[in-house]
Amino acid sequence: MKTKECKYELRLYIAGKTAKSQTALANLHKYCEEYLEGEYKIEVIDLLVKPQLAEGDQIFAVPTLVRKVPEPIRKIIGDLSNEEKVLVGLNIRPANKK
Amino acid sequence: MAKESKKNKKTIHHTQIPKTPTGITGLDEITGGGLPAARPTLICGEAGCGKTLISLEFIVKGATEFNEPGVFMAFEEKAEELSMNVGSLGFNLEQMQKDKKLKIDYVHIDRSEIEETGEYDLDGLFIRLNHAIDSIGAKRVVLDTIENLFAGLTNQAILRAEIRRLFQWLKEKGVTAIVTGEKGEGASLTRQGLEEYVSDCVILLDHRVINQISTRRLRIVKYRGSMHGTNEYPFLIDEDGISVLPVTSLQLEKEVSSERVSTGIPALDKMLGGKGFFKGGSVLVSGTAGTGKTSIAACFANDICSKGKKCMYFAFEESPSQIVRNMRSINVDLKKHMENGLLQFQASRPTLHGLEQHLVAIHKVIKKFRPDAVVLDPITNLITVGSVSDVKSMLIRLIDFLQEEQITVLFTALSLNNIVNEQTDEGVSSLVDAWILVRDIEFNGERNRGMYIMKSRGMKHSNQVREFVITDKGIDLVDVYLGPDGVLTGSAREAQILQEQTGKVLRNNAMSMKDREILRKRKILEAKIASLQSEFESAEEELNKIYIEEELVKKVTDGNRDEMLKRRGGGEEVAGKNGKK
Repeated sequence: MKTKECKYELRLYIAGKTAKSQTALANLHKYCEEYLEGEYKIEVIDLLVKPQLAEGDQIFAVPTLVRKVPEPIRKIIGDLSNEEKVLVGLNIRPANKK
Repeated sequence: MAKESKKNKKTIHHTQIPKTPTGITGLDEITGGGLPAARPTLICGEAGCGKTLISLEFIVKGATEFNEPGVFMAFEEKAEELSMNVGSLGFNLEQMQKDKKLKIDYVHIDRSEIEETGEYDLDGLFIRLNHAIDSIGAKRVVLDTIENLFAGLTNQAILRAEIRRLFQWLKEKGVTAIVTGEKGEGASLTRQGLEEYVSDCVILLDHRVINQISTRRLRIVKYRGSMHGTNEYPFLIDEDGISVLPVTSLQLEKEVSSERVSTGIPALDKMLGGKGFFKGGSVLVSGTAGTGKTSIAACFANDICSKGKKCMYFAFEESPSQIVRNMRSINVDLKKHMENGLLQFQASRPTLHGLEQHLVAIHKVIKKFRPDAVVLDPITNLITVGSVSDVKSMLIRLIDFLQEEQITVLFTALSLNNIVNEQTDEGVSSLVDAWILVRDIEFNGERNRGMYIMKSRGMKHSNQVREFVITDKGIDLVDVYLGPDGVLTGSAREAQILQEQTGKVLRNNAMSMKDREILRKRKILEAKIASLQSEFESAEEELNKIYIEEELVKKVTDGNRDEMLKRRGGGEEVAGKNGKK
């Protein structure tokens, strides 16, 4: 459905504009710009607005970053402050930096 | 919430906190009305002890019986798995979900696909739960089991803080919640110490195997602000779900009936004041092997059914068809009663499950069938699954229950052939209202059955030993003979009867001989009397004769003297006259 250039489809689940979610969003944008320029798509879902979406992606903690594409689905919970872990979690580093 | 508290107000006493009925048989009685309303309750126990089932039943019963929709948040099983697992209990979760009475939310936590970086909280879970609760207006929530979060997430500090917040949040939300937890090691109730967070009500489930027989038990560890049963209560999981048996909450306040129930053996009725047992009473028939205890029980069951009443027969030794076949030989047709639906057999090996579970099972089937009489044949076999005191306490509770329901119960018990045991048949002899003892009387090279009534409360009963005979026509009681050598039974009794008959003939003969002799004697005496009479008459005549002669002489002399006087006075004329003469 989405354009094919989007190699990475990321979803960030947050619950309101809390400090943690703001940090997470900022961090995510930073990493994506740095490593996945042009290949990514970020969708931010505020569960306070759309609580019904939490079940579908099995969200229980916020903020949670879900990598929908490529498969398999990966989840990273927390404010994404640890760059290393985020990149490992999204499986980005091995792809770009050999 | 308003509706809920209104409902609770009806049932609570003034000091009690509001409660939410669980709808689980027996549990509401132990907890005095249910779980604390709008508060979380912890149910903990080992794997496989029924935590999920009990909490699911709480949700299902809430939705079906109390019109309180519920949310089941599963951390372990998927919704489909849950539906399948409880489908055998008759819970149609899918339909209930469609009807918006129930919502199952499966929270999948897979450590392999999760990374943690930095700060986070469990708002996602809160939002999901909140959404689920609001979407169906749930009043009940189950979290099964929240400890799985600990397996999926590593940051314990965050988790503990969040779980504490979750419980607080549940309270604020006003839902009655059940949280389940696996039993921890040592003395701790749960692996992650959930009991620290849930301070209102903690229920511990236990699954114990003693002598290869497993029994599930339930205990309320704490229940703040409420009275509750403190014992361990056995519970049973069967095709109808969970039943908890509040076995010791029973009191001695039951009604009694003075109505009588026939024993099915007319002669035995006669021994019991002519009418039989009291309705709702308990009867123990004990005896050594092969004395006909089952036959007595079958006669009783047969009589109950013949009067159009219902009887339930718990067989612990023989199969129903075996009993039916055997009883046909003594002219007791149980089959027709079974076909009419008046007689129901419940055959099970005592070792099938523990005593408590037997009791629960008996309770259940009795509540379902509602019989007028119950036969347990024999209770002795229960001893294989418990100690004497266990069996006794089980039977006390059973008798109490049956008396409350006004059901007459007949136990049979096997006793060993010694005097001591006679007094302590599973220790129930003091509990029962009537105790009939059947025993072998071995005498004269044969074995016969004797029957005594050891006791029968509240009625006149015979103190006599009766011989108990089983024939093709049924059971009958015969008076035993007390001969010079003691009690006579069987052929010795027959011989005694014959001997007495012979004696009678001889005596009759002797009697008639004596009669005749007396007659003869009488005749002789009568003849003697007649002769003496005539003797007396002749003597009297003799005496009379003398008397008359004297009189005559006196007369004549008197006449002569007169004549003489006349002659002297009248001169010659008188003399002349005399001279002439």
